Amino acid sequence: MQALGSPEFWVQQLINALGLGSQYALMAVGLAMVFGVMRLINFAHGTVMMASAYIGLLLLQQGVPFPFVALGAIAGAAALGVLMERIAYRPVRGAPDVVLLLNSFAVAVLLENVAILLFSPRSRPFPMPAILTQVFHPGGNLFLPSIHLWALGGALLALGGLGLFVTRTRLGLAMRAAAENPTAAQLLGIEIGKVTVLAFAIGSAMAGLAVLFWTAHVGTINPGMGFEPVLKAFVACVIGGFGTIPGAVLGGYLLGALEIALQGLLPSGVVGYRDALVYGILILILLVRPGGVLGYLEAERV
Amino acid sequence: MDGPAVLELRNVEAAYGAIRALHGLSLTLGPGEVVALLGPNGAGKTTTLRVISGLLRPVRGRVLYRGQEITGRPPAAIARLGIIQCPEGRQIFKNLTVWENLILGGYRLRDPVRERRNLERALSLFPMLKERLRHPAGLLSGGQQQMLAIARALMADPEVLLLDEPSLGLAPRVVEEVFEALAQLKAQGLTMLIVEQNAERALELADRAYVLEAGRLVLADAADRLRENPDLIRIYLGR
Repeated sequence: MQALGSPEFWVQQLINALGLGSQYALMAVGLAMVFGVMRLINFAHGTVMMASAYIGLLLLQQGVPFPFVALGAIAGAAALGVLMERIAYRPVRGAPDVVLLLNSFAVAVLLENVAILLFSPRSRPFPMPAILTQVFHPGGNLFLPSIHLWALGGALLALGGLGLFVTRTRLGLAMRAAAENPTAAQLLGIEIGKVTVLAFAIGSAMAGLAVLFWTAHVGTINPGMGFEPVLKAFVACVIGGFGTIPGAVLGGYLLGALEIALQGLLPSGVVGYRDALVYGILILILLVRPGGVLGYLEAERV
Repeated sequence: MDGPAVLELRNVEAAYGAIRALHGLSLTLGPGEVVALLGPNGAGKTTTLRVISGLLRPVRGRVLYRGQEITGRPPAAIARLGIIQCPEGRQIFKNLTVWENLILGGYRLRDPVRERRNLERALSLFPMLKERLRHPAGLLSGGQQQMLAIARALMADPEVLLLDEPSLGLAPRVVEEVFEALAQLKAQGLTMLIVEQNAERALELADRAYVLEAGRLVLADAADRLRENPDLIRIYLGR
């Protein structure tokens, strides 16, 4: 541990904040994309992460090399996202938003219980390769866990790719258009169903990537593990501005920085209340800027 | 009208819930024709466009595109045929740049060559868009947004352009500009169905016009004859 307030301390905090923020950004972006095209806060997003972690574990137990485990977990998450849209959301399209929301809770509870039946409610160790768990000591008292580097690199690549996709490709532009004004988008020949599936696939794949880092952090997985990530993703979206990809990314990094700052600066007796403080600050942000940091509330679409 | 109809409505009845909006409307649109749809608020003009573009499924009646039934098809499928609606209130994508809006206009074509050609044509019609391609469309003025909405629709190389109130809420000078552009499109042979409150302007542009009242057709005639029609003058032109 470095001395509080020393330059070394701040570098350490920055490393930690970027590592954690990258995970939150990856988780939040999927929630934002689905909200964009469907006006749904998909609470089953976290359950997709859980399921993706179990898919990874199953592959690992079959002796599949880790890079393919990672790819399998990501692809599995994407497939599950698409399936979920097809089974739980598409049939009720056009119903009041609350129906979609309730369905997302139903999907979450269902998947969690399926996982309990299949794998028991116990936590299971998820043995990660050393390349993800080793810690570098770049000098002084600094700790540089390789997982932070992986998370940051993975987030930069994935989110950068997503940024190019939504600004440079026909389908990506169509997705943003459909999120902003579905009627006008349809009148140009854009199929809402198609971009919705795409949003679920991409968003869930991002979540699948994030959960690898999350799991490497925690070391174990269990059927209830999706709850905390989806809550964090939700908070990140609210902080940054709901329903936009840049808002979700910014919110993810801000939330990461906030948590790390509180962790590092709070006196040890109060650190246990970190999450309570985070949610308190969330309420303050909502009071001051209801649309989030990047926010504008789209009055006409509320 | 020469040749078969590009678009035809046969006895279309449409409703919003229990409220009837159209009571058996029939109309045709020939190739290269510009037809105006006139009438007071609530006459069913916008409803007619919504039925054609698939946003509203008619209760009864048929919509034919070049003799082929398209009634009840989803809006995206109808747009892909080239029936492009430029909706009321412009409805451009405000968070997207002007350029992105235009590119999306060409979504149905999937053809970079036509996309480039259409972009040139749209920008030559509305040159002020050229200097603003990288701006968020939401920052444009109302008139510029209307021009962008028309330019976006043109990017689709429409077979039929449906225009809903293109002059709504615009300053007179801008209305002038918009109608000049529409006149150029007409000269190029574009088939258009135009809903307009500004009956006088619409009749200057159109070949023919239909007048609706409370969901029923009350008048249909050549535009220049309608301009001299005492009933229409009294009711809609206020002269």
